[in-house]
Amino acid sequence: MGEEIRLTVNGEKRVAHAAQNTPLIYVLRNELGLKGTRLGCGANQCGACHVLIDGQSVASCDTPLWAAADKNVVTIEGLGTPAHAHRLQRAFIAEQAGQCGYCLSGIIISAEALLARTPDPTEDEVRAALDRHLCRCGTHNRAVRAVLRAAKDAA
Amino acid sequence: MSAPKKDAPDARLPGNLQGNRKLSQWLRIASAGTVTVTPGKVEIGQGILTALAQIAADELEVNFGRIRLVPAATPASPNEGVTSGSLSIQDSGTALRYACAEARAVYLAEAAAELGVDADSLKVDDGTISAPNGRYTSYWALADDALLDREATGSVAPKPASAHRIVGQSIARVDLPNKIYGLPSFIQDLALPGMLYGQVVRPASRAARLVSVDDTPVTAMAGVLRVVRDGSFLGVLAEHEELAAKAAQMLAAGAKWEERDTLPDAGNVQSWLRAAPRETKVIVDRVAEAAPVRTLSASYTRPFTAHASIGPSCALAQWQGQDSVRVWTHSQGVYNLRTDLALTLGLAHEAIVVRHVEGAGCYGHNPADDVALDAVLLARDAGGRPVRVLWSREDELGWEPHGPAMAIDVSAGIDASGNVVQWTLENYSNGHTTRPGRAATPALLAAGHLAKPFEMPIAINPPAPPGGSERNAAPLYEFAGCRVVCHRVLDMPLRVSALRSLGGLANVFAIESFMDELAHAASADPVDYRLRHLVDPRGRSVVEAAALRANWRAWEKAEGRGHGIGFARYKNLGAYCAVVAEVEAAREIRVRRLVIAADVGLVVNPDGVANQIEGGAIQAASQTLKEAVRFDRRRVVSDTWETYPILRFSEVPEVVVEIVNRPDQPSVGAGEAAAGPTAAAIGNAVFHALGVRVRDLPITPEHIVAAMG
Repeated sequence: MGEEIRLTVNGEKRVAHAAQNTPLIYVLRNELGLKGTRLGCGANQCGACHVLIDGQSVASCDTPLWAAADKNVVTIEGLGTPAHAHRLQRAFIAEQAGQCGYCLSGIIISAEALLARTPDPTEDEVRAALDRHLCRCGTHNRAVRAVLRAAKDAA
Repeated sequence: MSAPKKDAPDARLPGNLQGNRKLSQWLRIASAGTVTVTPGKVEIGQGILTALAQIAADELEVNFGRIRLVPAATPASPNEGVTSGSLSIQDSGTALRYACAEARAVYLAEAAAELGVDADSLKVDDGTISAPNGRYTSYWALADDALLDREATGSVAPKPASAHRIVGQSIARVDLPNKIYGLPSFIQDLALPGMLYGQVVRPASRAARLVSVDDTPVTAMAGVLRVVRDGSFLGVLAEHEELAAKAAQMLAAGAKWEERDTLPDAGNVQSWLRAAPRETKVIVDRVAEAAPVRTLSASYTRPFTAHASIGPSCALAQWQGQDSVRVWTHSQGVYNLRTDLALTLGLAHEAIVVRHVEGAGCYGHNPADDVALDAVLLARDAGGRPVRVLWSREDELGWEPHGPAMAIDVSAGIDASGNVVQWTLENYSNGHTTRPGRAATPALLAAGHLAKPFEMPIAINPPAPPGGSERNAAPLYEFAGCRVVCHRVLDMPLRVSALRSLGGLANVFAIESFMDELAHAASADPVDYRLRHLVDPRGRSVVEAAALRANWRAWEKAEGRGHGIGFARYKNLGAYCAVVAEVEAAREIRVRRLVIAADVGLVVNPDGVANQIEGGAIQAASQTLKEAVRFDRRRVVSDTWETYPILRFSEVPEVVVEIVNRPDQPSVGAGEAAAGPTAAAIGNAVFHALGVRVRDLPITPEHIVAAMG
């Protein structure tokens, strides 16, 4: 504990005070108060905790803090807010793409990474991009429709 | 309309108004222009709060946006038991509908007195109450808690379906936006001032007893508050979440357990089920007059199955001194949990306050209640600080109360044209519930690990109908002779409890697979064969609707492709559902499409129903194709997503849902209706594709190969 690691989170420069090996998710949720990134397995197997690090969608439960040092981290809160919604958030609401919603942050983050590299994806490309994400409620098809809808909403 | 008359106080009231008779338990009208609705049912990702708000808004004639929902908590909320069994719309929705209709009448009587007109002449528009003479008032102007501080009479009829304006609309879920914006939404996100993080070290195996533990390296760690031990219950309290996890790992490494074999042979669960001591119930026994010309029989099985929530179970607890404790939980039944906490702790119910906070989807009785006891036990040593406990993924998949394994024998005596004359179904299963609050001893995991342990109650079946093992064990088809026998296994080596649809999935899988086998034996089309035996018009409608929508009759069979149908009325009392599955068989089975027709009576929220039906079908497809809890003689070994895989985005089929609206029929729940029909439709489609009848779930390549032999 107590080491200082600098990183940029949702556009703001932050200093984390934690051991270098602390999984990033604990720093985001408990030190920086960003509860939108959710812990599902702690082993990079379910996708619930994904965040963007320099544009790559990665599991924050399996990323040590040092690996995010001086990097650009974007969490679900960094995509948009109720007042300034991101197109993916608008699309997920429009498609009512969720039931319990626990998996959604990770899914939306991976969808954002996909749209950044493939602005107009096919349905198969969306499914492939989201394949690391588990959803137990069975809202997969709604999520896929939401991503395709967001792709058409270039704003 | 006049003010409600007071009936005899013991008159039976509609839905869960019975037992929670005060109007003020259900709703409150505020001068600020809002209506606060306080149901005892809880949001578990199924959208129930949105649907209940729709019902309240419609009955009161206020805009949807005026409704506020308060999550359930003891002791103020109505005690609505457990949020389970697809009963919330039926029981809570009905109660709320009557409570709001009556509240409206109470307020109209007040308005009539104030405006000097007859209550029947008043009109309500978004809470404004106006008289023909042009005078008006409003709920908000009249708002007075004393008005609803009275018992319901149930004498004010709710609006007919034709007068619904908000019920029947696909109103967007009230809880979804916060989840999509990543705002704190779940119990896992709740942080209380001064909160400690607790982690439990579960026993090394199911019957393991803690012999000793070397906790010196752990207690020496900076930030570790203390190690808690009570018999074989072992845990740690720390200032940080990652530290608690790390300390628990070290503690586990320093713990010595005495272990023994207690689990059945995983390769032969069916033999164990059939040989174990049991209690037998004959639920249908009708002998046909005509004698069959031939008898066919088959046996079907389902493995132990996990709830497998994506969010690990979580709870918070905080003690005030030694004699009262507050608990935050995602339990499906706050009162039931309170009962079992009181039993475990030796406290009065009133000493425990249990508040519901949303968790991830639970799909039945998952460890939500167990983790609440963990938090309470660890918090007892926290010096009054709140303690948050989050289960590990391994504990979640390994120690949850799993859905019971089942073995089902079916036989049918048929006549010369292949129609069923005499049907027999016999199933073997543990009971399907160990939910808290129902037994003499607590049903919470850690209660069995204490120095003075409580014996875990053996799983029972809820009363039939609908029952647990009995659920959907009796076919809805008209068979002249029918015998249905349910054997409840009385040993419970692997702890089990309610998993979405309980016995319904396996029973319907057996019935509908066997109906397909009989159709095949009769050289009949599977849809036609079902319709020959199905009289219930609502049942026939969904079978025909699904077949039509799936283009059943014109569907072109190709090498390695097949389609199949499955049908049931959930619990034989609830929603009707028919599913057509289209599959492709390559190295493994891929379900390409599910076409579903469902009749849930009056639809409160069409998109909500479609979402529940589709989600239930996808989850059932996952169970049908992939899922089985694996274990050795001591412990569950399928405790990661690699060892307990579920269906992924690339494997999820297209799902088409057609809702057959029946505004004249009572609303029934949608969440579990698709489970059995989906499993059966997939099995039948696999047979159509490959000519192989797979009778053991899940339908994996291994089981297909075994079925070929």
